[in-house]
Amino acid sequence: MSIDTAAAERPAATLTPVLSAFWDDPESWTLATYERNGGYQALRTALGMDPAAVVTAVKDSGLRGRGGAGFPTGLKWSFLPKPDGLPRYLVINADESEPGTCKDIPLMLATPQFLIEGAIITCHAIGAERAFIYLRGEVVHVYRRLLAAVAEARAAGYLGENVLGSGKNIDIVVHSGAGAYICGEETALLDSLEGRRGQPRLKPPFPAVAGLYARPTVVNNVESIASVPSIITNGATWFAALGTPKSAGYGLFSLSGHVRQPGQYEAPLGITLRELLEMAGGIREGHELKFWTPGGSSTPLFTDAHLDTPLDFESTAAAGSMLGTRALQCFDDTTCVVRAVLRWTEFYAHESCGKCTPCREGTYWLVQVLRRLENGQGDEADLDKLLDICDNILGRSFCALGDGATSPITSSVQYFRDEYLRHLTEGGCPFDPVASTLFAGASA
Amino acid sequence: MALSPEAVERLTAEATEIIARYPQARSALLPMLHLVQSEEGFVSPDGVALCAGLLDLSTAEVSAVATFYTQYKRHPNGEYTVGVCTNTLCAVMGGDAIFESLEDHLGIGHDETTEDGKVTLERIECNAACDYAPVLMVNWEFFDNQTPSSAREVVDQIRAGQPVVPTRGANTVATFKEVSKVLAGFDDGRANEGVGAGPASLRGTLLAAEKGWRAPEPERENGNGRADTASAAKDSTARAASSSGSDAPAVPAGTADRAGTTAGKPPGEATAGENDPGTGTQKEG
Repeated sequence: MSIDTAAAERPAATLTPVLSAFWDDPESWTLATYERNGGYQALRTALGMDPAAVVTAVKDSGLRGRGGAGFPTGLKWSFLPKPDGLPRYLVINADESEPGTCKDIPLMLATPQFLIEGAIITCHAIGAERAFIYLRGEVVHVYRRLLAAVAEARAAGYLGENVLGSGKNIDIVVHSGAGAYICGEETALLDSLEGRRGQPRLKPPFPAVAGLYARPTVVNNVESIASVPSIITNGATWFAALGTPKSAGYGLFSLSGHVRQPGQYEAPLGITLRELLEMAGGIREGHELKFWTPGGSSTPLFTDAHLDTPLDFESTAAAGSMLGTRALQCFDDTTCVVRAVLRWTEFYAHESCGKCTPCREGTYWLVQVLRRLENGQGDEADLDKLLDICDNILGRSFCALGDGATSPITSSVQYFRDEYLRHLTEGGCPFDPVASTLFAGASA
Repeated sequence: MALSPEAVERLTAEATEIIARYPQARSALLPMLHLVQSEEGFVSPDGVALCAGLLDLSTAEVSAVATFYTQYKRHPNGEYTVGVCTNTLCAVMGGDAIFESLEDHLGIGHDETTEDGKVTLERIECNAACDYAPVLMVNWEFFDNQTPSSAREVVDQIRAGQPVVPTRGANTVATFKEVSKVLAGFDDGRANEGVGAGPASLRGTLLAAEKGWRAPEPERENGNGRADTASAAKDSTARAASSSGSDAPAVPAGTADRAGTTAGKPPGEATAGENDPGTGTQKEG
């Protein structure tokens, strides 16, 4: 099927705001606003359901993890062993730090109650009495909003002892991290939450069996949990009917970079960048799209050849990348891809936790080689050296951080090899960094 | 600077409150490090010793944790941390120019503090506000869509002792010590200040309202809020591949035999030959 045919057959794309539906309400973050918009009806419904039925509903909805990996959420919940009378935990990954990813932070700032209600329903479903929200430490106002949201929910009887007379005791602790990208990796997050250096754990055992304090633990992304109330209220069929058969539902698509109207666009999975760009007014005046990330810097780059790739898990994988967190960082023709990739690589080298050798040493050497190339030094063999180092990191590092570090490099060499070589023939970077800035042409 | 007996007593009482939030005491360590930082403006040897004593850890164990995380300072911090995002997207959009301009303007580099003790300048990594690039964080409050001149204005205001106002955040930026106290989990009552969402966050919401786009209404056939199951069954058949747990792994299938990703499933769910890493490859940003 050609792209033209596919485009012709597609119905016109629209947005489907659910989580972002009332972000423009005055004081959108309060419990009163949330309840006025139907909030906490889902909790009442869920408490009237058998916990197993809640798990089944989430399974049937087709909801897949919104934190990047896309693992089916309900299935993850069902991995918990049978209750043994001892504690089990829900841990929410709010350590949003993947470069380009900027959806959970605005969600928690504008409407934190979606996450709180979702967390309470999930605790009911998995038999947990305690949930922890692990928020990155670098967003103090979001932390304030979450603390206030928990306090409001507790005062209203949604949290604490005997939630809404159900006999269930459920509480939430909001915990602040302290600046470490690696803590977005779920087992590093658990170590950090236990008061240790945030380094990933050997798996198995998986968190479902031995997670926080070595007890059965579900770790889910903010947006995954925030989507649960809508599934309970509207039904699994409703959710499954959105998106594509294998990538069900809606999600926040975060457009950033050289786009006229960057921002959050909540749409069914399977929408394309071309459709989103049309909504966002296109690439900035006088320029063209050069490269973009479908789901953050750890997902291989796409180019203008991928404008019509449906942004769902399967289609992005088939096109050689990953859906990730729908973090659509768009760069136009003024941007040097070598500079961009060097900076991401410096990030991975900085954030490598040091636990495993391929990632710790490999990211260091990647930076050295890329710096040389960006400065127009070295020679063509350095490109092979880069790919060789990547080959020794991908699949050989302890966690996905190392894998992610190779994505921008291998994909940029694949699509922009000539641009790397131009740095060598011209003896330096051929691009003017000023031309890429937001304030290019204005006096800064 | 050493902690006074009065400060030790007060911090001990507050740390005890933090410890009480968790089933196991050691979980309190990160918030406790924010707490001691709120007293002295950095994690001092005294602060480390206080945490170690209360959690029955060695000072080496506490230092090992404190040095892992970038928000903990090993030397006295300025009253305001001005962090310029220089990760790729912000850097390209102007973050590099902003950082250079501030270095020049303040006469200091990364992780250095002005002589008046007001401003500590930092390069920071992606702070989850890419739709507002280039971004500046002042004591971890958002200053969106900055330019070199707007950033210079912010630091000038700080150095002149004037309050600075974030784009999305509290009405004014609190001091580094005050913010550290909040991050230790002590609510300062300012959650209701500031906006719910900034203009970029609202773009989709407002466009949908303008065009009349909404999420579809659910079908309610049996009156209990759960729609009928016929089409759900069809969908779940179509999803057979994904619900078997073998959705696209974050690493190519051929590389799935690395440490920690082979077995993939809890014992009850384990399947021979299953190449899906289960929950193992989730790497959230």
